[in-house]
Amino acid sequence: MADAERDPRPDPIEYDGPPDYRVVGRHGVYPETSHDEIARFNFLAQMNRHLSTKVMPGVAEAFDARIEPARKKAKKGAYKTRHEVRKDLVQDPMFQWWSAMRRATMETRQQAGRWVTIRQADALNGKVRTLTEGDPRLVLNADFKQPRSTDAIDHHCMPGSYHTELVPGDVTGPANYDAGIFATTGGMLGRYNDGGGVAVAQWVQKNLPDFQPKRILDLGAGLGHNVLPIAAAFPDAEVIAVDAGAPMLRYGLARAKTMGIENVTFIQGDVSDLKDMFEDESFDWVQSTMFLHETSYKTMPMIFAETQRLLKPGGIVLHVEQPQYSDDMPLFEQAMRDWDAFYNNEPFWTKMHEVDLDAWMETAGFDRETLIHGGVAAVVDPEVFPEAAEDTEQEDYGRKAAWHVIGARKEG
Amino acid sequence: MSTATLDPLKLAGSKAKGKRPWFLENPDTERVMNITLALMQEVAVIRERMDTVERLLDRDGVVTREAIETFEPSKEEADERGYWMQEYIARCLRILQQDREAIARGKEDSSEDVADEFAKVD
Ligand SMILES: C[S@@+](CC[C@H](N)C(=O)[O-])C[C@H]1O[C@@H](n2cnc3c(N)ncnc32)[C@H](O)[C@@H]1O
Repeated sequence: MADAERDPRPDPIEYDGPPDYRVVGRHGVYPETSHDEIARFNFLAQMNRHLSTKVMPGVAEAFDARIEPARKKAKKGAYKTRHEVRKDLVQDPMFQWWSAMRRATMETRQQAGRWVTIRQADALNGKVRTLTEGDPRLVLNADFKQPRSTDAIDHHCMPGSYHTELVPGDVTGPANYDAGIFATTGGMLGRYNDGGGVAVAQWVQKNLPDFQPKRILDLGAGLGHNVLPIAAAFPDAEVIAVDAGAPMLRYGLARAKTMGIENVTFIQGDVSDLKDMFEDESFDWVQSTMFLHETSYKTMPMIFAETQRLLKPGGIVLHVEQPQYSDDMPLFEQAMRDWDAFYNNEPFWTKMHEVDLDAWMETAGFDRETLIHGGVAAVVDPEVFPEAAEDTEQEDYGRKAAWHVIGARKEG
Repeated sequence: MSTATLDPLKLAGSKAKGKRPWFLENPDTERVMNITLALMQEVAVIRERMDTVERLLDRDGVVTREAIETFEPSKEEADERGYWMQEYIARCLRILQQDREAIARGKEDSSEDVADEFAKVD
């Protein structure tokens, strides 16, 4: 072809990867990020995406091509549990390399985020102190003892987990959580990482159009990512966010205020026993979002019983979580979904996903007829995240921005 | 020297509480892999910075540190940079792509097998 006929422009690229970190939503206490710190987050977002779309499928291929056939050959019979599957997976190089890189990427992400927030600790802590000091919407308990479920291990490899304070009044932990989540999820939760909460609020408005909650309780609210959209959707409601981690609550109130959300009170407490804190039948709506997997077999029934006690007649409880393991879910998928449980410090993830939630809700006193089941997917800004908004196909074994809802409406 | 209360050099890389799982046959291989991955990240950082400098020079003819720190790529520019990053990672992790392709191909002849075959006269 003669040069003159050639289109001099390069082929247009079709890019479907994570957005540049710079589109993240920055509220008033968001940590500052330098050019290179942003570049680091960009790399981590891309690395996560690469691992889940280009490397992880190799594990399924190895399973089909050699792991399961080897078991057949050894005449060991079909797999009976997901743990048997996992024991074989860990012997395979594809699983080993994918896992080693995924773990390394998680740890690197923590380091990147901690660098950002710890280097500006004094400024961040000071800003949050100014915004929260003397504000009655922050209720901390200096004598609070962490429950074993939050203290035993640092969840998802986050050093210090949700509660450690490196200095009095420290918020570098939640600021790190906040700054890094956009990178780990590749922006799939939206600019403010609140796509789950936005979805829940919309779900309630659509499915329960007459529901006008006056008092809302969020259990294990963290720094409030997903409760703020609920508070914004019901601006006349009094919203109470309870969490075990003081730094999360402190940062949460400061963040909410700078985002113009004024109807949330952040209270430190253990949600498995709120008897000293709230009266019977004092809430219209009790919510938990991506929380139950960080509890335990001992506390989860207590939490369910508390929701039953706290709800007014006609009130609703909703728990948002990744789907339960069921007999219909292939054991391979279950084993892959267990990855975070065993290799990313989410110890209760595996057992929690076995629970017959309907039965547990009944035990807690909810009538089977009143149970609510649904599904929500993160609602994000389609301008910025066309892929997340449309994506219904991509599976990421436990990390997809789509969840199940289990709940109930208290009779009355 | 910094007068800050907390030392990020020491604290950024802290270990999370809970015994660490190791995946590769030899933990030393995994250590080297972790170091390689950190270097991969830092090369990506340098490259993104160079890209920013080049774009600023194209746009303004000059570049300042301040301009680098506050640079906001347009959607198109961000896509180009994102695409480069995808290419870069695919390049670095080529061996894993080939491991997958080997699984898909199933049993393959080695060059040695074929050499023997080609050396046969009849
Ligand atoms: C994965 S985070 C979820 C945060 C939030 N719901 C969200 O959607 O972003 C789990 C939170 O639950 C809190 N938590 C765990 N067990 C708790 C308990 N027994 N009582 C109060 N909070 C608890 C942790 O401190 C942590 O902040």
